[in-house]
Amino acid sequence: MSEPLLRIANLKTHFQTKGVGLFGKKKVIKAVDGVSFHIAPREVLSLVGESGCGKSTVGRTLTHLEKATSGEARFEGRNFLSMTPAEFRPLRREIQMIFQDPFASLNPRLKIEQTLGEPLFIHGLCKTWDEARTKIAAMLETVGMDPKVMARHPHEFSGGQRQRIGIARVMILKPKLVIADEAVSALDVSIQAQVLNLIKKLQRDSGVSMLFISHDLGVVRHISDRVAVMFEGKIVEIGEKRQIFEAPEHDYTRKLLGSIPRVKIGKEVT
Amino acid sequence: MALLEVENLEIAVSSKGKLLPIVQGVSFDVDDNETLGIVGESGCGKSLTSLAIMGLLGGTTVRITNGNIRFEGVDLLTLPEKDRRTIMGNRMAMIFQEPMTSLNPVYRIGDQIIENLRQHENLSYAKARDRAVELLTLVRIPNPGERVDSFPHQLSGGQRQRVMIAMALSCDPKLLIADEPTTALDVTVQKEVLDLMADLQKRMGTAIVLISHDLGVIAETCDKIAVMYRGRVAEAASTADLFTELAHPYTRGLLNSIPFVDRDIEWLEAIPGRVPTLEEELTGCAFHPRCALATDLCSLIVPDTSQFKPGHAVQCHFPGKVTS
Repeated sequence: MSEPLLRIANLKTHFQTKGVGLFGKKKVIKAVDGVSFHIAPREVLSLVGESGCGKSTVGRTLTHLEKATSGEARFEGRNFLSMTPAEFRPLRREIQMIFQDPFASLNPRLKIEQTLGEPLFIHGLCKTWDEARTKIAAMLETVGMDPKVMARHPHEFSGGQRQRIGIARVMILKPKLVIADEAVSALDVSIQAQVLNLIKKLQRDSGVSMLFISHDLGVVRHISDRVAVMFEGKIVEIGEKRQIFEAPEHDYTRKLLGSIPRVKIGKEVT
Repeated sequence: MALLEVENLEIAVSSKGKLLPIVQGVSFDVDDNETLGIVGESGCGKSLTSLAIMGLLGGTTVRITNGNIRFEGVDLLTLPEKDRRTIMGNRMAMIFQEPMTSLNPVYRIGDQIIENLRQHENLSYAKARDRAVELLTLVRIPNPGERVDSFPHQLSGGQRQRVMIAMALSCDPKLLIADEPTTALDVTVQKEVLDLMADLQKRMGTAIVLISHDLGVIAETCDKIAVMYRGRVAEAASTADLFTELAHPYTRGLLNSIPFVDRDIEWLEAIPGRVPTLEEELTGCAFHPRCALATDLCSLIVPDTSQFKPGHAVQCHFPGKVTS
């Protein structure tokens, strides 16, 4: 088997809480407690689970937003968890993150062209603003927005449009791995469908690998190749999408699938 | 006579000296033992409709400009405040989306239930407390005898929502309005809360108005459904009739937008565009800029509500054309 793009082995991220009162005992919260998986090039793996299961912490640990307690994460063979911030910086372009809240993840004081242009300069992908604007215009068009919007500020856009801008900011760097943390959860269904289609199309066209973190099993089924189900910091079941949804083995996966309200369409309704 | 009758309800917000309608011509009724689901996306007016029924619109910026709301035949809109208060929280109760912000963090949950009981029923503190423990048992809070003295922060999200339900049910209301009661909860907890509500309805015969953005939740729990779009009821029918034959293109679009967990679709058929904002001037049918079937007629004239089938109302110039 060829080397996967990302290989995580026995990842643990623990947090220490402050004790209650002066002499209260400190507690360790094992948010991620021994998680292993891999993602192949061009593959979409979803992490699904309920709030507090540790799925977001996995994504945040992989982007150095949280510090791993132990374990290994290799990106193209290089262990990057133990890297210093300076060593990790070149990888930041290749591992990008889409966040949940389109209102909190764009700097309100920057014009769209600044938000999209800044990373281009930081990572040395552009030398002049003319060059940057050409790239930004093309990227905005790819995410279905009028290139003219680059002169505007985030408050002028709706949630769906902001999420498109957030996706453009990520994709303009041509990353190899995108971590999407509840990327469509804050959107209304009709807008969610547009953005989901966009993410799927961009993923197919660019061949980027994806770690798609979500609580919504319907969305997960739509976007993923493989699915990992998390519960209390551990992966309880991982497999091909079809297997997880059609023949789940773990009790928790079955319980999760059984809890989802369904719509019965057509004449068979009684 | 139905338990709750809403007729031609119109709500407007005043903005920069202008009166902008947010809810227009909304009519529905709910009977005893019946669950009505109101479904729609953000800004469609579903929550405002429920707040209007509860008389919680308050203030001068958002107000009811037309229509009738009758509860057990009594017109709620002309009822003096004093009489209103004997109905609210007693014969009619509401649960909200976020239990943490609806519960008072500095009072024990028992005391919050007792307050409502003592307000509406002539009970001693000790009797009311016993009743509070009974109610907590009813909504399946573990160790209700101890939990009655807990503070809201000591409970999980699902338990807090159960406390809200207990509080709402404390005076055996005839009508329960639930505005996104499970939206903040995980799916497994959501199922428990929805099952609990259905079970209590069966036992007590309460009528429920369930408001949600989640078509799955609505389809699974409700007897009949009203689909709202930008302040109007686009389509309304019994759950079985609605999903047998969708008559409004918006309902069809909404359904096609959902990535269902039990089927594989390569691409979702998303509705193009977005919901127009309140400030945007709009003539004709509110859905026409996003509708594949729209003609000149749709952009000029607001369609009347017509009966697509008996009991299946639709507000569209071309009802049923979408049915596949």
